[in-house]
Amino acid sequence: MYIETMDAAIECENLTKTYPGKPPVEAVRGISLHIKRGECFGILGPNGAGKTTALELMEGLLIPTSGTVKVLGKTWQKDSTWLREKTGISLQETKLSEELTVLETIRLFASFYQDSADPKDIIAQVSLESKSLSLIGKLSGGQKQRVALACALVGRPELLFLDEPTTGLDPQSRRQVWEMIQKFQAKGGTILITTHYMDEAEKLCGALAIVDQGKIIAQGSPGELLKDFGGQTRIEVDFLEPGPDPQWISPHSEITHMSEVSPNRFLLQTTSLIDSLPKVLAAATLTGKTIQTIRTHQPTLEDVFVGLTGRNLRDEVTGS
Amino acid sequence: MNPAPLKKSWTSRPLPQMVYTRLIEFTREPQAVFWVYFFPLLMAFSLGIAFREKPTEDLLVCLVGNPLANSTGKPPIASGFVFSRETIDVAIGLLRRGRVDAILESEGINGEIKLKFHTDPTRPESALAKAKLETHLAHMNQPTLEPIPEVFLNLGGLRYIDFLIPGLLGINLMGGGLWGVGYALVDLRVRKLLKRFAATPMRVRDLLLSIAISRFIFTAGQVIILLGTSWLVFGVQIRGGFLDFCIIVILGGFCFLSIGLLVASRATKYETVNGIMNLVMLPMYVFSGVFFSAERFPEMLAPVIRILPLTALNDSLRAIMNEGRSITSLGFEVMVLGLWTAGTLALAMRLFRWR
Ligand SMILES: Nc1ncnc2c1ncn2[C@@H]1O[C@H](COP(=O)(O)OP(=O)(O)OP(=O)(O)O)[C@@H](O)[C@H]1O
Ligand SMILES: [Mg+2]
Repeated sequence: MYIETMDAAIECENLTKTYPGKPPVEAVRGISLHIKRGECFGILGPNGAGKTTALELMEGLLIPTSGTVKVLGKTWQKDSTWLREKTGISLQETKLSEELTVLETIRLFASFYQDSADPKDIIAQVSLESKSLSLIGKLSGGQKQRVALACALVGRPELLFLDEPTTGLDPQSRRQVWEMIQKFQAKGGTILITTHYMDEAEKLCGALAIVDQGKIIAQGSPGELLKDFGGQTRIEVDFLEPGPDPQWISPHSEITHMSEVSPNRFLLQTTSLIDSLPKVLAAATLTGKTIQTIRTHQPTLEDVFVGLTGRNLRDEVTGS
Repeated sequence: MNPAPLKKSWTSRPLPQMVYTRLIEFTREPQAVFWVYFFPLLMAFSLGIAFREKPTEDLLVCLVGNPLANSTGKPPIASGFVFSRETIDVAIGLLRRGRVDAILESEGINGEIKLKFHTDPTRPESALAKAKLETHLAHMNQPTLEPIPEVFLNLGGLRYIDFLIPGLLGINLMGGGLWGVGYALVDLRVRKLLKRFAATPMRVRDLLLSIAISRFIFTAGQVIILLGTSWLVFGVQIRGGFLDFCIIVILGGFCFLSIGLLVASRATKYETVNGIMNLVMLPMYVFSGVFFSAERFPEMLAPVIRILPLTALNDSLRAIMNEGRSITSLGFEVMVLGLWTAGTLALAMRLFRWR
């Protein structure tokens, strides 16, 4: 169904966008991306980082202050009609008409495309069959979000742009949205998604760019980012009674660091949880003390972000 | 490769779908239906009834002096009138408060009797009373009648309702065009739906056309209801050609649609568009002769008033409905409407923004 070519789904070079005003807002300050076809690419960043702006530049909805964008090998200036047929978009906030039913809405959007999917099939894909005759105004937030996704899918796009498609949804609805995205990707589609949920990015995205204050501060697969910027896995051991010899375990190849938090609590850092956990257990048994709990903490993208910026992902960007 | 696109049935093409969804959306909002269809009727009814000619009710005329050469000192009797005798001061007071419709005053100068009318130009009954009294006096062979031209409302056998209905049609077309298009567009923009549409292959042309077409359908309904009801209830007629009438309605509707488009081409807030809309409509409400004739404004304003689109529309509607004139005699008005349409449409297309 999709043309297999070597070229990129999206390529952009040194994109910048400055919103005029007093003072002007430099929302995007030089972003370059290369997104392969068939990939699910995530843009991760805190509120106000410039995710939406960057996405809309690539969607051809905003004109960049400088820099270039190529989508599916074409530019918005020259081939916008063709590109509109091939891309599906879900904006961060759209209020669809409350007085239309789900089916009427999807039909309307289907009418815009030359080669559109059957509205009923699309509604089934987003699991809204039972709601297809309900008014949009009577749907829950998660259901509305799925209608928005259906609107993006109804033109049989090759490329999906999703701006925070799961913000504000309950875990159940989020999982449903993820499934749809994965199904779309399985059929060869390319996805560009923004989010500030790390678990979402880790689950869906093969490649990620972490954006802060309009710039990409790190890029790579989730694994690479975790390895490079996440720091090490931590193991926390609590003994029931205080007083094992503080040297009960000696640092070795995997365990890079050990500290005594309190007489019965120790914190270890390791490069490999699998290898060091048996050794930790063995050493702990040798002390003759009873272990109360062992907690492990693997680095997340949240840690990557904190490590890179010293701030939390959900903090607002202040005064940039 | 993608399969060759299937040829779509016309109902699943963008324009019919957009028009259809706009129409059903509208019918699902009962308040909107009320304001669009019943409010104008309500207005026509209340004004029509308040100002209706009362054929069975007598006109009240105050006599000052002894104008009807009646030596008995009692008020004369004439069908259609109720006369009373008052002093001039009392009579003027009554006229002011609308308790009498006109005053006929006589002055005896050197044995010659001169007559004088006092009328209230804001009330059609007043002009009617004067007109009828004149005929009545002519029948009675009153010799020295020198009526003073005080009648400003040029009724010419016309009832107020006949004057009013074309004006109401005019403001409905104006309000429909401006609110219908202006508000609809800003609403789409505020809800980011306009931006969402921009992200599809749908063309601006289809969007604007769909708004225009759905507006025309609502407006046609409004015109039919307003005209039909005023015909049934008040006997208001279109004396000129029906086709001429339709052309003027379409021309006027299109003109205000374009103005609405211009008003909303950039506004991103409801407040902004509200403000601009009122700024545009208020002067026309006042000056374009909706409830009373625009001829009552000072002479020097006339050239400006004449080139307002609502004046051109109201004047044309009245010319066709009341005077039975044809559209060919309305060159100036048609030109005014055409120029406004072309100018605002061109500007609106230049200024239009999706976001
Ligand atoms: N139309 C606009 N005019 C002026 N400034 C804007 C406009 N849109 C966004 N901004 C500013 O640009 C910056 C980036 O905004 P953007 O919406 O791209 O952030 P975001 O990463 O999508 O945030 P969020 O996670 O909250 O959606 C912010 O500081 C914002 O205030
Ligand atoms: Mg955003």
